[in-house]
Amino acid sequence: MNLSRLNQFLVPVLAVLLGMIVGSIVMIVSGYNPIAGYSALIYGAFGDPYYIGETIRQTTPYILSGLAVAFAFRTGLFNIGVEGQLIVGWLAAVWVGVSFDLPKVIHLPLAILAAALAGALWALIPGILKAYLKVHEVIITIMMNYIALHVTNAIIRSVLSDQGFKSKPVRESASLHSDFLDAITYHSTMHYGIIIAIIGAVIMWFLLEKTTKGFELRAVGFNQHASQYAGMNVRTNIILAMVISGAFAGVAGAMEGLGTFGYISTKAGFTGIGFDGIAVALIGGNNAFGILLSALLFGALKVGALEMPSSAGVPTELVDIIIALIIFFVASSYIIRLLLSRLQKGAE
Amino acid sequence: MSIYEILQIIIPSAIFFAAPLIFTALGGVFSERSGVVNIGLEGLMTIGAFVSIVFNLTFADRFGAFTPWLALLAAVIAGAIFSLLHAVASITFRADQVVSGVAINFLALGLTLFLVKQMYGKGQTDQIQVGFDKIDVPVLSHIPIIGPLFFSNAYIPSYLAIILAFVAWYVIYKTPFGLRLRAVGEHPMAADTMGINVAKMRYIAVMISGALGGLGGGVYATIISRDFSHATISGHGFMALAAMIFGKWHPIGAMGAALFFGFAQSLSIVGQTIPFLKNVPTVYLLIAPYVLTILALAGFIGRAEAPKAIGTPYIKGKR
Repeated sequence: MNLSRLNQFLVPVLAVLLGMIVGSIVMIVSGYNPIAGYSALIYGAFGDPYYIGETIRQTTPYILSGLAVAFAFRTGLFNIGVEGQLIVGWLAAVWVGVSFDLPKVIHLPLAILAAALAGALWALIPGILKAYLKVHEVIITIMMNYIALHVTNAIIRSVLSDQGFKSKPVRESASLHSDFLDAITYHSTMHYGIIIAIIGAVIMWFLLEKTTKGFELRAVGFNQHASQYAGMNVRTNIILAMVISGAFAGVAGAMEGLGTFGYISTKAGFTGIGFDGIAVALIGGNNAFGILLSALLFGALKVGALEMPSSAGVPTELVDIIIALIIFFVASSYIIRLLLSRLQKGAE
Repeated sequence: MSIYEILQIIIPSAIFFAAPLIFTALGGVFSERSGVVNIGLEGLMTIGAFVSIVFNLTFADRFGAFTPWLALLAAVIAGAIFSLLHAVASITFRADQVVSGVAINFLALGLTLFLVKQMYGKGQTDQIQVGFDKIDVPVLSHIPIIGPLFFSNAYIPSYLAIILAFVAWYVIYKTPFGLRLRAVGEHPMAADTMGINVAKMRYIAVMISGALGGLGGGVYATIISRDFSHATISGHGFMALAAMIFGKWHPIGAMGAALFFGFAQSLSIVGQTIPFLKNVPTVYLLIAPYVLTILALAGFIGRAEAPKAIGTPYIKGKR
């Protein structure tokens, strides 16, 4: 096996391990037992079918938000706006879910499509500004997040409810709820969304790796000037990349709106799923299969953390510290690579 | 209600909301001028807010009226130390600077909430009892018309923020230190050839951004929120980042943009009391700063030129 391939796999694994080790140091320093802490975490994530169901439910939007961030990354864009695109996707899905009365085969896909469209539309603005005016997408997407938050809150109050804080629940025909999954996971909130998320990962892999358009998108991300010279339309590709990324984010929102919650309520702040998607994409090496694994890791960390206060006394916030440390170590992967190459040289 | 009365509500409150953004945006200017992207401003503000509140709650009895000042000092030191993580990752370990900044944001929020739970056994701290007093600036507040608008009923840190913007301008454009700072951000190899220690300059710049980000967070917490919870710093670091870009990486520009954001923020809060704004749905006022920023970036102020070497680690001997 070639060494760089091996390292590509080892770096995230080592980053996770290092994050866990520093996390246990934090636990020891603050007077907790790390073994008890991590046992509670693992039990809380995979301990019985209920916990497994919850973990998978949490993994579902993470996969899609991770794909959204990764798709942009692979095409040379940094989409910090996944959070906002997710919120408008959530709103669009619920809107379609409550206001139409259609057979399920039409209604559910329509609601998901609406979410994808809303997310895509929200990403279109930074895409156009980037492509035509070279305005940095990071700053525009950050602004778009806040606009999404306030606008959806206003729409929930005035359109989806009568000055209330919550929409009606989506109709059964637009719901991702599953009696079967409910039964086998002891009434967890797990829903069919996981299938859509996995399909999403396959679509992203196929699109980027197997199609000419995907090659073009990656080429533009890699070197705009060379792509231009090769006759590609750089502007269209930038916009398209942003729009596809936004569509993934919108569908992530549909998972919350049609699956986990089944409604939308006004928010005082961000959901965090879009921002965690950055971490998911990084750990997953920006590749579709890697993202499935890293989304599962983050889902397990988040759900497992809920068990830590009651059985080990450790505050759930510890997991956020661990996640942050993992990102930090992935970011600093140069030093990990350096150590690995020293070790490999020493072994030869 | 006359225009003057309206201005009398809006302008002081704009300055009030702008101060934390000014400090933090100036921090961003230093870091990015040296070639290091700092998305972590939000996290640095969070650390500053947390430290200043904890310091204030812990030592208010001992230091009395000096407490808020010492709390800000603590926030400055904590911010500078915390920013070292970003410096080590992005300068020494050659990390992707945006990613490292994101990690800083996550880490700051996780760490401070963890510590709040540890120290107070609940998700948020108590309200601080000792804050800054509102003052009327001597002499200036008596100037007719502009005196009451700009110089009365305000907090000293707000004025410090504005003064600091001019100091930062002087430092960056008129001193040898500032020349070196800009050199390592524009063309690190040329700077290196001239005997400037690129890594050292960048470390200093990132630590200045940490200190100022911490100060911004401390000022926000002490004057505006007066306690610390997960929602204390929610987007203010990103607003400061936007102000820095809006201001074209220039201290005075950044200050102007921060004042403008403060103005928009104050409109969304005091808008309800102003007659012709009363019938405008709040949502328009809430999104105004963000929409205006996008419009401005897209058309009115033209292209913002970032320092050339921004985002790229400097590797000695590599062309």
